[in-house]
Amino acid sequence: MPRATAQGRKPNLRHRLAPWLFVLPFFTLYLLFLAWPAIQVCYLSLTNSDIAGQGHFIGFSNFQTLYQDSDFWASVVHTGYFVLLTVVPNTLVGFILALLVVRLKRLRMFVLAAFFLPFVLPVSVVYDAAIWVLDPNFGIVNLLSGSNISWFQDPVLAMPAVAGVTIWWTVGLNMLLFIAGLQNIPQEYYEAAALDGAGSFHRFLNITCPLIWPVGSLVLVLQLILQFKIFDQVYLLTVGGPFNSTVVVLLYMYRQGFQQGRGGYAATIALILVAIIILVSLIQFRVLRIRRANQ
Amino acid sequence: MKQRQRFSILGLICTLLTLVMALAWVFPVYWITITSLKSEDQTIVVPPSFIPWPPNFDSFVYVLQTSPFIRWYLNTIFVSVTVTFFSILFALMCAYALSQLEFFGRRFVYASILVGFMLPFSALAIPLFMMLNRFKLVNTFPGLILPQIVVPLSVIIFKQFFDDVPRDFRDAARIDGANNWRILFRIYLPLNWNITWALSIVTFIGTWNNFFWPLVITNSTPMLTIPVGMTQIQLAYGVQFAEICATAVLASLPTSLAYILFQKQVTQGVMAAAGIK
Repeated sequence: MPRATAQGRKPNLRHRLAPWLFVLPFFTLYLLFLAWPAIQVCYLSLTNSDIAGQGHFIGFSNFQTLYQDSDFWASVVHTGYFVLLTVVPNTLVGFILALLVVRLKRLRMFVLAAFFLPFVLPVSVVYDAAIWVLDPNFGIVNLLSGSNISWFQDPVLAMPAVAGVTIWWTVGLNMLLFIAGLQNIPQEYYEAAALDGAGSFHRFLNITCPLIWPVGSLVLVLQLILQFKIFDQVYLLTVGGPFNSTVVVLLYMYRQGFQQGRGGYAATIALILVAIIILVSLIQFRVLRIRRANQ
Repeated sequence: MKQRQRFSILGLICTLLTLVMALAWVFPVYWITITSLKSEDQTIVVPPSFIPWPPNFDSFVYVLQTSPFIRWYLNTIFVSVTVTFFSILFALMCAYALSQLEFFGRRFVYASILVGFMLPFSALAIPLFMMLNRFKLVNTFPGLILPQIVVPLSVIIFKQFFDDVPRDFRDAARIDGANNWRILFRIYLPLNWNITWALSIVTFIGTWNNFFWPLVITNSTPMLTIPVGMTQIQLAYGVQFAEICATAVLASLPTSLAYILFQKQVTQGVMAAAGIK
């Protein structure tokens, strides 16, 4: 009898621990490099640490400073402006491109690749393409249009120019998602509507639009999360200028932390951004759940 | 009949418009490529030539000879391949346990991974840098690689695919005496080979292109990766468009090739990442 229990127990313990061998490699790295920094951001925001992490507890005074920091609020406004210039336009352009691509047959692979290719380029190459094509003196755009606009140094045009480059770079993803959505709409709906005498515009308005909306809302939320995190493009294209008009939240955090050495203050800025992103991500979960429920 | 004909003319106009737009969309890529094949004087000739012949490879030679471009290239290949391999391997293992095994703490692990998926990596750069600085991992490969291995989204996607595998497969293998490692790598992995391949290629492209993390964690010239390093070249060269374009062509070669060769997998991978199977 005792032998039986001993035998029964040993595999049982192994049985219980074995799953952790599968989980641990990922989960350890997760705790170290994602969960712990997230906790640290909260703690650091209550300290006056430098970028090496040396400092002491100062309560909520970072938040007070932040509240009165007009440069921070300006960066929030700039980020909001960028989000406004990209989220809806990028979704709409993606939808239009999907509508154009989905009706093609033989040319489809080529056209699809043409619209998607920029998405796989590193941001530095996107930067090169932008400064060369839009160079004030020798850029092909200004040569052909006979203008001499300095796209990324113009206080009014800089942010729209960055937004335009961003759409060129990333719209391919939205297009792919919309194409998948359009292909999921049963062809019979269109045929039935055509039999009933509905014109192509009516079919678009009453079949395509409502049935693509779940994908549309998903793309909008994905875009919202993505564009709030704008950093690379302004870091390279405008370096925050002209006159700080393109300093976004992450760039402000980067400068406060890594250039001014104010680790605690930068963590406070990061915390605000984390809060915004998590809020939008929760909306994303809801959207995904609705999508799944509808399928 | 008349209606049909009108429709097809409209369709033709639409197709032509689409083609023009597609050409306009790839134009900057084309323009970069041909500029890299011009001599420096040719780049600013007005009117510009659209098909430079014969091609001139001087700017490529110049870039490769006068900058640590090859070193950065090797760095980036090493980082991207290592990150892709371990990121996919660890995600597969973790997803298998979460999907197929019962154990204490399973729900907690999965919930924390879902939370982790929402955390924006770039906003955590400050404490991450401090920690790695304390471990003396700034300007090292482990510092570049380790944080990039953690991709909660890959775990979530693999788990969804594993959940869809009929349980009979596992039970049958279990009865035949196979352990979990065998079941994962001989049954679940081959059954989900498409999505694994797709996520691997997408991870590779994403790591190769990553700009923010290498910017934060490296500052010594020999440790830079291509996306950060090439911006240093531009600072050093000033306005030398042929050379700038040559670096751009070299930098985007691996990811563009990966996309052109594995178009289907890239499509599947990015769609899965967006929440569409």
